[in-house]
Amino acid sequence: MKVVLHIWRQTKRSTEQDHKQDGRMVRYELADVSPDMSFLEMLDVLNEHLIGRGEEPVAFDHDCREGICGSCGVVIDGVPHGPERGTTTCQLHMRSFQDGAEIWIEPWRAAAFPVVRDLVVDRSAFDRIVQAGAYISVNTGAPQDANAIPVPKADADRAFDAATCIGCGACVAACKNASAMLFVGAKVSHFAHLPQGRVERERRARNLVAAMDAEGFGNCTNQYECEAVCPKEIPVRVIAEMNREYLRAKVIEQPAGGKQIGGHG
Amino acid sequence: MKLDAKIPGGPVQQKWDTRKFELKLVNPANKRKYKVLVVGSGLAGASAAASLAELGYQVECFCFQDSPRRAHSIAAQGGINAAKNYRNDGDSVWRLFYDTVKGGDFRAREANVYRLAQLSVNIIDQAVAQGVPFAREYGGLLDNRSFGGAQVSRTFYARGQTGQQLLLGAYAALSRQIGLGTVKMFPRTEMLDVVLVDGHAKGIVVRDLVTGEIRSHAADAVVLATGGYGNVFYLSTNAKGCNVTATWRAYKRGAGFANPCYTQIHPTCIPVSGEHQSKLTLMSESLRNDGRVWVPKAKGDKRAPGEIPDAERDYYLERKYPSFGNLAPRDIASRAAMQVCDEGRGIGDTGLGVYLDFRDSIARLGRDAIAARYGNLFHMYAKITAEDPYSRPMRIFPAVHYTMGGLWVDYDLQSTIPGLFVLGEANFSDHGANRLGASALMQGLADGYFVIPYTIGGYLAGQKAGAVKVDHPQFQVVAGEVAAMTKRLLQVQGKRTVDDFHKALGKIMWSKCGMARNERGLQQALREIPALREEFWRDVRVLGSERNLNQSLEKAGRVADFLEFGELMCRDALERRESCGGHFREEWQDDGEAKRDDENFCHAAVWEYTGPDQKPVRNAESLEFDNVHLAVRSYK
Ligand SMILES: Cc1cc2nc3c(=O)[nH]c(=O)nc-3n(C[C@H](O)[C@H](O)[C@H](O)COP(=O)(O)OP(=O)(O)OC[C@H]3O[C@@H](n4cnc5c(N)ncnc54)[C@H](O)[C@@H]3O)c2cc1C
Ligand code: FES
Repeated sequence: MKVVLHIWRQTKRSTEQDHKQDGRMVRYELADVSPDMSFLEMLDVLNEHLIGRGEEPVAFDHDCREGICGSCGVVIDGVPHGPERGTTTCQLHMRSFQDGAEIWIEPWRAAAFPVVRDLVVDRSAFDRIVQAGAYISVNTGAPQDANAIPVPKADADRAFDAATCIGCGACVAACKNASAMLFVGAKVSHFAHLPQGRVERERRARNLVAAMDAEGFGNCTNQYECEAVCPKEIPVRVIAEMNREYLRAKVIEQPAGGKQIGGHG
Repeated sequence: MKLDAKIPGGPVQQKWDTRKFELKLVNPANKRKYKVLVVGSGLAGASAAASLAELGYQVECFCFQDSPRRAHSIAAQGGINAAKNYRNDGDSVWRLFYDTVKGGDFRAREANVYRLAQLSVNIIDQAVAQGVPFAREYGGLLDNRSFGGAQVSRTFYARGQTGQQLLLGAYAALSRQIGLGTVKMFPRTEMLDVVLVDGHAKGIVVRDLVTGEIRSHAADAVVLATGGYGNVFYLSTNAKGCNVTATWRAYKRGAGFANPCYTQIHPTCIPVSGEHQSKLTLMSESLRNDGRVWVPKAKGDKRAPGEIPDAERDYYLERKYPSFGNLAPRDIASRAAMQVCDEGRGIGDTGLGVYLDFRDSIARLGRDAIAARYGNLFHMYAKITAEDPYSRPMRIFPAVHYTMGGLWVDYDLQSTIPGLFVLGEANFSDHGANRLGASALMQGLADGYFVIPYTIGGYLAGQKAGAVKVDHPQFQVVAGEVAAMTKRLLQVQGKRTVDDFHKALGKIMWSKCGMARNERGLQQALREIPALREEFWRDVRVLGSERNLNQSLEKAGRVADFLEFGELMCRDALERRESCGGHFREEWQDDGEAKRDDENFCHAAVWEYTGPDQKPVRNAESLEFDNVHLAVRSYK
């Protein structure tokens, strides 16, 4: 099959003042596309042609190519990860497009995710949020037997449903406010459903929300675009759960005179 | 090259306790004066970096992905073994030890394997405490399943995403330390060399993949946890970025490389669909708990699978290996698949495939139960093939998956370079000539959480903290060499792309050093690879500059190393004149089963670098089996 691609090309890193830099959409035609190719394999073919012509290939992030590492992710025809539900860009196949299709390919757009080059963005803000408290404070070697605390299956399953987040950032890219609430909600929900996670729940909720705000992500106005594009189909209920945890933390904070509880950093 | 494995004396059950007691300790107040560099943030690297920082060491950690959470470990699907015996089905540390030694076809070091089995139980405790949401039963206790090469259920899992959940646990522990300032994380940073001072590893040279800056990092010890080299075959189940660069460059600085030819070909992967194929996708071994493997009995039977009645199907694993059936170990299952395809009974358009059929288990357990166990794998399969595995059996075929070879390490996980430790898939240690399913996650985490925190102390206690700084002249020398190689790649300005060379190398490796190997093919490969390498340096085209994000340049450096490393693999395969585990030499077989030669090859082959385009030296660490009797491996 044949496709026409319009791809964002940018060589200089975006800054707060200048997000676009030298970026622009460039048109490419590609004739030798097979419907069995993955979307990224189609970009590989394009890149081989570009190198052949002496043009620099299109930069894009990818690694596992099976939907689990969260490296890949581009906006395809206005939708993060493209037209299929519950799918990362690397799991998308060209059979999802018509012969002769025109396809627009852009990087994630969010102030908190500056473009590094072409389709590659900097998502380190997510790592910094995790560093602020998306963990259980347990040192290696300390734990008791794994079966000492039974966890109801339903709780374990709900924790898993949130923990399955791959940190790709599609939720942010889909949101008109560039909010990271689905990502942060997933972290909070994962731990909130486990007895091991409850010890630090107030501290975690407060710290994660503060870190999220500091990174410049927007607020949630209940558009639910995030859930629609999430390749792991993480439900928006995690946002409600996060709000609940956060409120709870605020309420508990007051009688204790703002004193922190639960753990030691 | 001196190979002292430093195996502690005494009975195998007590060796680790003995060693822990013998090791010198670093006083808690002194720990923060020592700096350790951990290269890699997969299960092995992240667990090591976090645990070392918890102990008080200053740690710097590096990975080439944009976040440590994306290391290739994230892709592991099926599960992690541990000798918890929660099933009461006869498991024990001893049985896990025995299964692993036997599964590895008696080519691993007993003492290391025993320690691994011992530590396996602690890993599960650690992971649960971190909040890893393992599968549970209705009573709230942990669930298990079976994996190949074992007759007990000892595999813990988190749907089909066990690696992801374990890595996120380790990443969370690492992130906590980064937040506390005890670990400095360097993502999108590639280590391109180790720096030796007076024969000890005292630092590394890296390239910042965003700015292109070549930078030196000095420390008191270096830990490599950089994963496996399966991508030497171009097509494998590994993530695209996996490579041999870190271990290869350490080899060229004097670290022994052990058993490079030991490669695991996994029996259940989605078959290749065309020339554009960029990687292969694994369908987890756990599927063989409930799926039955078969091909038609008749050659060239092109009927749809549903139209072939049971009497005309050959469930060849059940037929050939009745006691293990569909759960025969990987090397055996892969070869059996190859055999039926060679006989002309393979399925699909190419004839290179066999069926993995869930019809019977869906009838027995219901579609929902199967979906709960393997939902994400079925989803993945449907996405790639546009076929529904609930109603039509999966088509599968063997593919390169894991590399048992790696840098040689002693019992303390120290390489032949003092101060250079190697963990996880990057070392050669515990799986012998064939790894059992669900044992790599176990090994990576045992190494990182529970071995290195002790053994590195033994080394550091004898070192003066902070003795070497980046202003040491050796850093300049090495950084200069790294920069020169980067420039050279850009200066060739030839006609062929890096991928083109990589594919060509992959074809040589797969056809001559893949599932079956023979003298003639290996000799041929040993002529073809140097010729291809020479052409690479004459005709590769890498565009752009070294001063910014340049993914072609990154790839070019990795492929340049694969082009050298592939030759060593073939040499190792040639010199090992026996068959064992994943290394199948056609000349040594008994009716299609691997035939070992314990008299001449009961050893690890350890290769020593002697200079560019020079023949390397083959050393041997002989392996003693005091506890598991050397025997012909049988799964019949
Ligand atoms: C698809 C798949 C499924 C699997 N399923 C299972 C399973 O169910 N059970 C099981 O036990 N095993 C499984 N395995 C095997 C297992 O996942 C791996 O062996 C294991 O995760 C390797 O972990 P590691 O920490 O050693 O290396 P990796 O996870 O590969 O990490 C390597 C790290 O090193 C870094 N790195 C590498 N080179 C450099 C460099 N030059 N500079 C800087 N950083 C560098 C990378 O960035 C990365 O952070 C599976 C493997 C695959 C491919
Ligand atoms: S490349 Fe890993 S999720 Fe797409």
